[in-house]
Amino acid sequence: MTAETQALRLKKRYETRMHFKRYWTLYAMLLLPITYFIIFKYIPMTYIQIAFKKFSITKSPWEMAWAKNNGFEHFIKAFANRDFLYALRNTITLNFLDLLLGFPAPIILAIILNELRFKRFKRFTQTVAYMPHFLSWVIISGLALQLFSTQSGLANIVLKNMGLEAVPFLENSAHWVITYVFLGIWQSVGWNTIIYLAALTGINPELYEAAAVDGASRLRKIWHVTLPGLRSTIVILLILALGRILGSDFDRPYALSNTLVTSVSNVLSVFVYDYGIQGQQFSLATAVGFFQSVICVIFLLGANAIANRFGERGLW
Amino acid sequence: MIQSKNSRLGDAVIVFICILLILVCFLPVLNVFARSLSDPMALVCREVYLWPKNLDVTAYTLVLKDAKYTWSLGWTAILTVICTLLSMTMTTLCAYPLIYQQLKGRKLINSFILLTMYFNAGTIPNFILFKDLGLINQPAVLIIPYTLSVFNMIIMRSFLQNIPESLRESAELDGAGPVRILVSIYLPLSTSVIATLSLFYAVGRWNGYSDALMFMNSNKPYYPIQLLLYYIIQSKTSVDAATQEGFTSPGASESIKAATVMIATIPILLVYPWLQRYFISGVTLGAMKG
Repeated sequence: MTAETQALRLKKRYETRMHFKRYWTLYAMLLLPITYFIIFKYIPMTYIQIAFKKFSITKSPWEMAWAKNNGFEHFIKAFANRDFLYALRNTITLNFLDLLLGFPAPIILAIILNELRFKRFKRFTQTVAYMPHFLSWVIISGLALQLFSTQSGLANIVLKNMGLEAVPFLENSAHWVITYVFLGIWQSVGWNTIIYLAALTGINPELYEAAAVDGASRLRKIWHVTLPGLRSTIVILLILALGRILGSDFDRPYALSNTLVTSVSNVLSVFVYDYGIQGQQFSLATAVGFFQSVICVIFLLGANAIANRFGERGLW
Repeated sequence: MIQSKNSRLGDAVIVFICILLILVCFLPVLNVFARSLSDPMALVCREVYLWPKNLDVTAYTLVLKDAKYTWSLGWTAILTVICTLLSMTMTTLCAYPLIYQQLKGRKLINSFILLTMYFNAGTIPNFILFKDLGLINQPAVLIIPYTLSVFNMIIMRSFLQNIPESLRESAELDGAGPVRILVSIYLPLSTSVIATLSLFYAVGRWNGYSDALMFMNSNKPYYPIQLLLYYIIQSKTSVDAATQEGFTSPGASESIKAATVMIATIPILLVYPWLQRYFISGVTLGAMKG
């Protein structure tokens, strides 16, 4: 070893020491958040092995014996379980409908708001449209009962006064699905316009002027200037939405559900709650949760890869 | 000439759609408000639409007299304040060091944190962990496990990154350490993002019920307001408050349910419009960088 490399190494060591001396407070700050992530995010990940093991209350997950069928017993059981298959179907159906109807809604609304010329009225509309986002699903289920119940709901009172039949918005399975999707749009459409409206402010106004000079009508301007301006935002949000196609929120379906419609309202998160926390079948419920997380990641990566393939900027 | 006529028609259509939107967003809340303030008999006769009929505030007095409900309301308020303060502290502690480009291991720490956003262990592993930690059925389970949201941390980090680095450099030349720079430069410049994220955390805590349902279901005295509301709304019979006062008519329980919903909603409805400017910038920032 030459003296030169040794000097270089010493210098580097000195610099590292100076770095830590100068910035140790930054590392100290990170200590708490990192501990948090280890305890509440990473340790539970090691507990996923419960899905492959025979659960025992007295043992730690590391000590439990492996489950049958090379550890896949609980996955096999899940796929033979009718409730699970229903939950899987319901999760896909509800998320697909959310995507189909709920995804375009804020785009359309953002374009409409963007076309609105009266500044004050626009602001007021936005404020009111954001409001449902701040209501909890419990509150919304309360509102829904008051609005849609067959006996005393406002909607049915109005229908009856008009001489029409009452509609079982919440009691009949097919109607419930529509109500569920509608309430989802109601809750989120205004809030989701925020991102699109921000993207719209980034569009160069000269493009609109140029289009006007060319004699483009309002609709043509929307088609040729506004929509292309939103394209990259739409792609990214679509990737994230596709990543959630098998994900399931618990608050919304659980709060809106009732005993008459469980055959369509029980989604995977509710299944995990019913079988795991209520029924104490920890291994089975962990297996279902793990299956769900893995599919979510696969969908996210897949959607991202497709977007990159088509020349769009994806998440990564 | 034709052009302008067309565009005026377009404006009219757009304004019409917006008015429709406002009505759709607002009428359900107005309806419940009207029910909560109506005479129970009018509710039984299905005469209440959007305006209270035979103004009657007994539902509110009954609900506010119900010790369980008011305690839960107060407890949830305290809980929300504690959670918001704790979450904001953790978010700042996590976001601020990560804006230092020269921090060693910064990339590693970043991906260590980001990974948890895309893959989570699931409900049951969390449940087992809380059980091991002795958190099940303890009020602490509503505070500790969800203190730090990666998404909010990213918003904070990108906001701090947008503050010109020259400010930091000149403070460093004056001999200020990272903590001093955070307290005297970064935090005073970050009031808007602090307001935004506090709103997000506070609304999340105020509106959350599933963690209490899953992890604290046997500890009734510490139910947050939304879980209590969930049980009140789901119950087909009258609420505790109604039975205690000897109210058994269906109309009374209807107006009481409406009043319980309104009382838990009003605080949020009063707060959010004032923070609109802030949360719009917060969401935008999160979308751009997230």
